[in-house]
Amino acid sequence: MRETAYWTWFIIAGIVILVIAGLHMVVMHLPMFGVFNPESGAVTDWGNVAFRSQNQFLAFTYIILLGAVLFHGFYGLRTIVFELGPKKSFQDGFTVILWIVGLVLFGIGTYAAIAAKALETAL
Amino acid sequence: MANKQFDNHLGIVGWLGGGRWGVERYLYILHRLTGLGLLLFFLMHIFASSVRMYGPESWGVAMAILKNPVFKLGEFCVFVIFAFHALNGIRLIFIELGLAVGRAEEPIYPYKSSLNNQRPLMVVAMVLVAILIIAGGYNTFFGSH
Repeated sequence: MRETAYWTWFIIAGIVILVIAGLHMVVMHLPMFGVFNPESGAVTDWGNVAFRSQNQFLAFTYIILLGAVLFHGFYGLRTIVFELGPKKSFQDGFTVILWIVGLVLFGIGTYAAIAAKALETAL
Repeated sequence: MANKQFDNHLGIVGWLGGGRWGVERYLYILHRLTGLGLLLFFLMHIFASSVRMYGPESWGVAMAILKNPVFKLGEFCVFVIFAFHALNGIRLIFIELGLAVGRAEEPIYPYKSSLNNQRPLMVVAMVLVAILIIAGGYNTFFGSH
């Protein structure tokens, strides 16, 4: 990917994070917006967690958030490391490693979101 | 880690000093540190929240661990660095797009620094950060959730 494309996606991912992580904080920390936490008790109680896992909208936004944070975070880490002036061969290798680690973590997080939904359907 | 190839390349040491660049230079350093902190938190958060796929018993065990006051304090720290990183990031996007930096001028001596034009935006962003931190702290330590 060209550097300009990396940077543009980095900014887009940052804005996506701002919106979805903001929504996540409202859902998790402002109980007066109880639409996503119908059970009485804490937002981390299993009943509420199960409800949110079942919700298509939240599951979709969390997967988008996962991808946006991984891209934004790893591109930021890459920028910091590159400013230390490593050789081109190191830069290329580091970029490949970040892509692999990022895709693996994205796979784990996405699998967890889908598996949690399937588990609730089975229960 | 100084680089012999470039005499003015100070590496990590260069991040620690703001020099003559003022408070924005320290915000730049803080933006990077908070970014690394958020990345570390998020990597742990992926695994912690993935526990739900193993069912209510495993989830209950994980939540019992996270009820420790240390994690409550950690949660607040994450909110503080998120609030700073988000609002400072918006400020940086504004500046990148040429907003709130003043109009372009002929470089006539005595030169003016565009930092003076940007400073009100920085002040507004940091005031909003402070308000968010206070609200988040109240919600974390005195909220009903």
